[in-house]
Amino acid sequence: MSPIITATALVKQYPGVRAVDGIDLAIPQGICFGLLGPNGAGKTTTIEMLEGIHPPTSGTVLYKGEPLGSRYREEVGIQFQHTALQEFLTVRETLELFERLYQKTLPIPEIIELCSLTDILERDTRKISGGQRQRLLLALALINDPDLIFLDEPTTGLDPQARRNFWDLVKLVKSRNKTIVLTTHYMEEAYALCDEIAIMDKGRIVSQGTPMQLLSDHFGDVILQIPGVDAGDKLAGCELSAVEAGDMLEIRTKRLHHTLQQLMERGVNLDRLRIRAWTLEDLFINVTGKKLAP
Amino acid sequence: MKKFLAVLHARNMEFLRDRSALAWNLAMPFLLVFGLAFTFSGSSKDIYKIGIVGGMEKLHNVAPALQSTQHLQFIPYDDLQAAINKVKHHQMDMLIDVGSSPKYWVNSSSPNGYLLERIVWGTAGNSFERQIVDGAEIRYVDWFLPGILGMNMMFACLFGVGFVIVRYRKNGFLKRLKATPLGAFQFLLAQLVSRLLLIMLITTIVYTGCNLFIEFNMQGSYWTLLLVTALGAMCMISIGLLIAAHTASEELAGGILNIVTWPMMLLSGAWFSLEGAQVWVQKLSLIFPLTHMISAARAIMNEGATLGQVMPHIWVLGMLSAIFIAIGAYVFKWE
Repeated sequence: MSPIITATALVKQYPGVRAVDGIDLAIPQGICFGLLGPNGAGKTTTIEMLEGIHPPTSGTVLYKGEPLGSRYREEVGIQFQHTALQEFLTVRETLELFERLYQKTLPIPEIIELCSLTDILERDTRKISGGQRQRLLLALALINDPDLIFLDEPTTGLDPQARRNFWDLVKLVKSRNKTIVLTTHYMEEAYALCDEIAIMDKGRIVSQGTPMQLLSDHFGDVILQIPGVDAGDKLAGCELSAVEAGDMLEIRTKRLHHTLQQLMERGVNLDRLRIRAWTLEDLFINVTGKKLAP
Repeated sequence: MKKFLAVLHARNMEFLRDRSALAWNLAMPFLLVFGLAFTFSGSSKDIYKIGIVGGMEKLHNVAPALQSTQHLQFIPYDDLQAAINKVKHHQMDMLIDVGSSPKYWVNSSSPNGYLLERIVWGTAGNSFERQIVDGAEIRYVDWFLPGILGMNMMFACLFGVGFVIVRYRKNGFLKRLKATPLGAFQFLLAQLVSRLLLIMLITTIVYTGCNLFIEFNMQGSYWTLLLVTALGAMCMISIGLLIAAHTASEELAGGILNIVTWPMMLLSGAWFSLEGAQVWVQKLSLIFPLTHMISAARAIMNEGATLGQVMPHIWVLGMLSAIFIAIGAYVFKWE
């Protein structure tokens, strides 16, 4: 697939701080691309250079092979991390305001249906819930029927149900062959939505690929978890290396079948055995050395 | 054009639905006009104004006793006809020309003129030839109305536009608009036109509403007055846009707006006439757009000035507006 947007040697230098330090990206059309990283990693700076909101200190950003220009403004949709809307307008009036700012738009009824805004159309935008507000902001990002959509931490602060509702909405948008660039703190979200992710740290991309590919590259094994009382001293002298983690014993293995056989041979009770796969959160900590910010 | 109209409509809706701000914009000028009209309805002045044409030194030679009389304020004038018009409209109690054949003018229907005439006779004998002027009194309310409305417009334009744009920038709304095809000039023009339309509407409502009870003096053309008022409002909106073009701090914007408004409020003749003030103060006041708007409006309403006569003020307001808008658009930043 040809990339819809590419960034080459992207640098953003602020006085005393190199926020982005030579990033190269090529995002194929029609995928959901996740940009992950700890606070201060340079995610928002990178995404705002890709959005054309801030110019890079050096490097280039090309949209469909061309430098960012007026066409880009018409064809891109953006949902910022922090944004406000014109006050004293209803949801419908806000949609109408933004609809008139573009030459080509989706019909407003279609947007309303897509983003499930029917029930709140006549409500003042200051009086809608966090989840409703995020749906409205996504509707505004979609109003010009963009080929490329940027979502900067769109579910931060939402309750779990509202977050999952928003994911469904993003999946629906993605199914329309739209390209989505997403930043998020939630690894579960990245795993659920992203076809490809890049993990940033200190202004650089430290790891990039599909979630499955990255996990298999970094972690070739799985973790078996057994309650300590179930194992007792039956693993003494065993070649398996078990590590205590609270009340549980954790055994890392690349040969799951062989390990299970050994445990059964030693008479370990496997009724409460759990197999835990590595997650993006593990990967994140592994490559950045940092815990995720809440 | 579609984008401009969309932003214009949204801003108008925001203003009209903000009931507290709307009520304040309407109520304050009403309260000021009625309050001041009531307070100054009587002639409680204890200082009599005498215009002097021909130089204060000559007055000392011709009528030294008059010059040393207390509670008289002597105001030098160069333009004899303009000074006579002041006596005609009761804006000055007496005019003395101390030229080769000394004369004085009083309005035949002015009680203050009548009293001053007796003071002149008592202190200077028959040194002056008596001249009579006729004309209806311009009430204090007629004099201060343009000042009150002008001052209200100044606050509504400067703070109404300046603070709103700074708020938009601070809360990220401007950044959101930057992500659309909307241009900076379209956005600024929409803000300007929106505020201009609304402030003209409010000022017209206030003027008409007060006029039902007070019946203001109107000697000139309403159309000329409308033009002067619109240009004055546009000029002050432009200053608001310029101040808000770059800052994201409401505190800083508030400080700058206060620095701009206070001298205008004090030195533009909104509250009191600067005729007796130092010459440099009078010259300084000419840099303020409010001075030109109020002076032109007073000339139209109270003296029947024509479009041609107020054209210098119109030019100044137009030029200042163009300069402020151009600089504001040039230095404007979305974030």
